[in-house]
Amino acid sequence: MQTGQATAGGQVYEAAEQNLSARRKVWGRILIVAASLGLAIMVMWQLLDSMGVIATGFPNWRPVAFAYLVWAIALGAGQVMIHGENGHRALFLLPALLFTIAMVIFPTFFGLYIAFTDWNLSSFTGQKFNGLDNVRALVADEYFWNALLNMVYYVLSVAVQYAIAFGLALLLNAEIKARKFFRVAFLLPFMLSPVAISWMIGKSLMEYRFGPLATLMRHLGWESPAFFATPWIARLSIVAMDSWVWIPFIMILLLAGLQALPKEVQEAAKVDGATPWQSFWQITFPLMLPISVTAIVLRIIFQLKLADIVINTTSGGPGGATDTVSSFIFREYRDRSNVGYGTMVAEAYLIIIIIFITLLLKVLRRWMREENDA
Amino acid sequence: MAYPASSEPHPSGLLRHVTGRVFIYGALLLWAFICIFPIYWTVSTSLKKAPNVMKGNLIPWLDFQPDWLGWRSLGLSPDTIFNVSTVRDEFLLRFENSILVSIGAAALAIIIGSLAAYGLSRFQYRLGPWRNKDISFFFLSQLILPPVVLAMPFLVLYKELALLDTITGLVLVYTLMVLPIVIWIMRDQFDTIPIELEQAALVDGCSVWGAFLRIVLPIALPGIVAAFILAVVLSWNEYFFAALLTSTNAKTLPVMVASQTGSQGISWWSMAALSTAAIAPLVLIGVFLERYIVKGLTAGAVK
Repeated sequence: MQTGQATAGGQVYEAAEQNLSARRKVWGRILIVAASLGLAIMVMWQLLDSMGVIATGFPNWRPVAFAYLVWAIALGAGQVMIHGENGHRALFLLPALLFTIAMVIFPTFFGLYIAFTDWNLSSFTGQKFNGLDNVRALVADEYFWNALLNMVYYVLSVAVQYAIAFGLALLLNAEIKARKFFRVAFLLPFMLSPVAISWMIGKSLMEYRFGPLATLMRHLGWESPAFFATPWIARLSIVAMDSWVWIPFIMILLLAGLQALPKEVQEAAKVDGATPWQSFWQITFPLMLPISVTAIVLRIIFQLKLADIVINTTSGGPGGATDTVSSFIFREYRDRSNVGYGTMVAEAYLIIIIIFITLLLKVLRRWMREENDA
Repeated sequence: MAYPASSEPHPSGLLRHVTGRVFIYGALLLWAFICIFPIYWTVSTSLKKAPNVMKGNLIPWLDFQPDWLGWRSLGLSPDTIFNVSTVRDEFLLRFENSILVSIGAAALAIIIGSLAAYGLSRFQYRLGPWRNKDISFFFLSQLILPPVVLAMPFLVLYKELALLDTITGLVLVYTLMVLPIVIWIMRDQFDTIPIELEQAALVDGCSVWGAFLRIVLPIALPGIVAAFILAVVLSWNEYFFAALLTSTNAKTLPVMVASQTGSQGISWWSMAALSTAAIAPLVLIGVFLERYIVKGLTAGAVK
């Protein structure tokens, strides 16, 4: 890794030129090479052991993890020895970088391997490579496509959440008393764990016989308030619970945006005789576009991971109507121990997400530019 | 066009002003009710007997006589608190696990996250073709990764590393989960600190690390607290990895709540007591540390 001259906000501050002795640099290189060799030997040894070639390895791979840690430390020390001041700077970034690489890169590639096997934890024969069988199964799997379609509905519900959140942010930004109380109250749903919410709302408030929400619905004239019995109502119930949790998140971002708006513009509009309605659509809303886009994109990213509430309230039922891709894969792992196929679905979903988010960002960026030019 | 008058008390303007106020407070109160009622319902149900639950009684003392029923089944009511209770031991173990895991993950993420954020905010890195912008994007892009993608590889990896069902294993996963958010918040925080402070320290003979630890960190403390609290909350609530990677030792509170939800025979008041206990720390954090949560969530979003 190389670190150049330091800049922050366009400013430059120079590292003091150091004269590092040639010997120090050589030792630094030797240290890194030795540590890398050590790590490589450990990996090879353990690999040979687990393949049954030699029988003197460790009982598990944990020593290799420690070897990685030692290697990381040696790498850092070597950086300082070779590059001096710049090496010190590299030390800031290295821990997070090495941690993320170890925790993400390896599992992702290993996941790709698992995805092409027929690995099932409950079968006795062990895993074997099965080529494109999982891909074929995936394309033919109605439950997967159904879950993916549900994700479209769930993502679309973000628009409704955004509208409600905007309304709430406007309310909180108005001149009101007890603002602190309302802010805390509005934030609370976001803090609670989805698992607890699944019981508190899904299984208790919405309970068919004596949940208060069901009672309320009976009073309002819905004779059999079964929230999770028919597909569309079940889907709406999940969306309602999910919105209850996540509206505060959007609301807080929008409120911060509202509070950062220049007051003069709105005052000027008022003086010019604009109605509140006009000044909202022609001034506030356009000014809030950037933060709105940020909030919606973040919200969509989190929405694509939706799982906990569905798993614990409906397990994807009735008939897969509320299933999300994550809850579908969860059941594949948990109930059928179908590791190989489940991982293939997960990898496919990741690719779909990456394509979708990239396209979304691209479209939004172009649209924002046009808005600015117009 | 008329608009809500603030200075002149014109009759129609006043009327409009009053209806506006009524509408605003009506909407605020309605939403506050929607937010708080489920929590109130859970807490009050933990104090109800079966007939009260079935009749849908809502207000203690007025239409039902509160009782420690739910808390007794958890072993946490005043009359059972000193008795031996396996349920309570189980609950306390899960509670402790949740605390250890969320504090551990938040602390680890803060340490390596603030270091990286400081580096990215102050120095220019070159990593092959990658510059600071790309490295930042690499960290942030981890947010997109859904847990399901990592779940299975982690299960297998942890089995090989003997980390399945351990606190350490969960801490590492949750650190990975909250790291992008911590880096995002801390970078925003460090960007607001003027660089002249460090330059002065460097001139006085501080090393880069000395300047960071003695000058910058104390100033960045509000950001650190915000990032820490947000990381704790996210880790505390996490269910997906905990459900897959733990079985007996390291099971956390959400997993315990979920397993109780699934079982058929469980009574409402016990479930309500358990839910109340599981969300109580979060409600307290929400009420007393709301400022930091908001700071954490909005970091870098408003420019």
